Amino acid sequence: MVHLQALLFSLGQQLRTPFSSVLTIAVLSISIALSGLFYLLVKNVTHLTGQLETSNQITLFLGQHVSEQDGERLQRQLEKHRNIQATRLITKAEGLKEFESYSGFGDALKALNSNPLPMVVQVFPRLSLTTQQQLQQLLDELKVIPVVSVAKLDMQWVQRLKAIIVLIERGVLVLASILAFAVIFITGNTIRLELQNRQQEVVIAKLVGATNGFIARPFLYSGFWYGFLAGIFAWLMITGLMKLLQPPIEHLTRLYLGYQEVIFLSVMNSVILLAVSSLLGVVGAWGVLVTQLNRLKPE
Amino acid sequence: MIKFDHVSKGYAEVSDALVNVSFTIEKGEMAFLTGHSGAGKSTLLKLIALVETVSRGQVFLDGQNLNRVSEQEIPFIRRKMGLIFQDYKLLNDRTVADNIALPLLIAGYNHQDIKRRVRAVLDKVGLVGKEKSYPLSLSGGEQQRVGIARAVVNKPSLILADEPTGNLDPELSIEVMRLFKQFRQVGVTVFVATHDLSQVVESGCRQLILDQGRLVSG
Repeated sequence: MVHLQALLFSLGQQLRTPFSSVLTIAVLSISIALSGLFYLLVKNVTHLTGQLETSNQITLFLGQHVSEQDGERLQRQLEKHRNIQATRLITKAEGLKEFESYSGFGDALKALNSNPLPMVVQVFPRLSLTTQQQLQQLLDELKVIPVVSVAKLDMQWVQRLKAIIVLIERGVLVLASILAFAVIFITGNTIRLELQNRQQEVVIAKLVGATNGFIARPFLYSGFWYGFLAGIFAWLMITGLMKLLQPPIEHLTRLYLGYQEVIFLSVMNSVILLAVSSLLGVVGAWGVLVTQLNRLKPE
Repeated sequence: MIKFDHVSKGYAEVSDALVNVSFTIEKGEMAFLTGHSGAGKSTLLKLIALVETVSRGQVFLDGQNLNRVSEQEIPFIRRKMGLIFQDYKLLNDRTVADNIALPLLIAGYNHQDIKRRVRAVLDKVGLVGKEKSYPLSLSGGEQQRVGIARAVVNKPSLILADEPTGNLDPELSIEVMRLFKQFRQVGVTVFVATHDLSQVVESGCRQLILDQGRLVSG
């Protein structure tokens, strides 16, 4: 009951000084929204690359003089392999046609007397093959087939991308931590000013027997409100920005990967966002109260 | 109730605010502390209210040595006394009722009890009907009565008043003194610092006189 009273009273105090409260909450919510946006960025990119992983494939370039019959025989053999899901044979002629239509260099090829493209077998490993090691094993196996001149695992760029994502993830974590400290310090400073403005009140309360705990309570709640309200505004900012970014992102991903949905903050994410921002507000207030309250003495 | 045992207090700027002061005030007694301004009256009261600590000697309150009180215990000791100030020390952004309720709120009384006690004490100090007013809309005498109401609402066993009538005209001062006597009649110890000697003489109560930090009579 007393807690509820103090909680509502501290909200009332903030409503009484709307301008400075709004400024503080704006700064806080921008800090929190930045962290949240970076988090969503990483989450979206990892989701994207998660789909890339399943598109692993091995390309076998056959020797220049291998006949089409030999190519088809190889394909039939590979289809029976326990670790291979599917294969696709691209003959020299098909390869040329594909090259012409995709690259736009068709005219250049026409200048050549013969088709320079090798026959290609695309190998799609079973989805159960997930680790790099398993794929490498299959690759090594295919490499030594006599008619195969070059075997390539199209994964390197995925791995590079993943390495970059790990780096970004780490960077986002560092940035979010810095911003969390910013939230703590900003709330702390705001509470310190509030404490200064209400110095007289604090001293009077002490004179009539208030404990530090009693005096601290409304300020702690004040810190909570700053954090909580900033969390709500941050959520609105994040969701609004993501809505703005959604069409271009979806357009981009559709071009590269077919359809791709943009990930927003989940219900769980939102709850955590609010909980963490409220907690940071309380921590900021608490830090100031612990250091400042004992200094405020009657005269 | 209050016992000073060879108490001295020195500040950095004033070498000796109190010098070797010893006296005892019994439970239920009403006493005045007089002397010129700067004689050390406020300092003496601050020692009892745990706002200041002694330099030498010992202060006992209800048998408890105040030198040995920890920072955490101070609020609970202050709840046993009602403090009254010359400048009232009211919260000007709260109503009269909220000001008076503050000690009860701090002590953790429930809403019902607070309401009942505030109403009772408003009646006692003659401020019924003013509970919703703000302190600055009241006269000086009324503000001081709010201060007194706040000091006694928690039924303390000791009332300490520092120049309670310093800002009031004579008629209002008499009114305030009459209130103090009423509290004394119900067993409360009352200790009032004042430079208004006429009041003291009129009351016939014990008088402690301070002169340059020394107790010269009492």
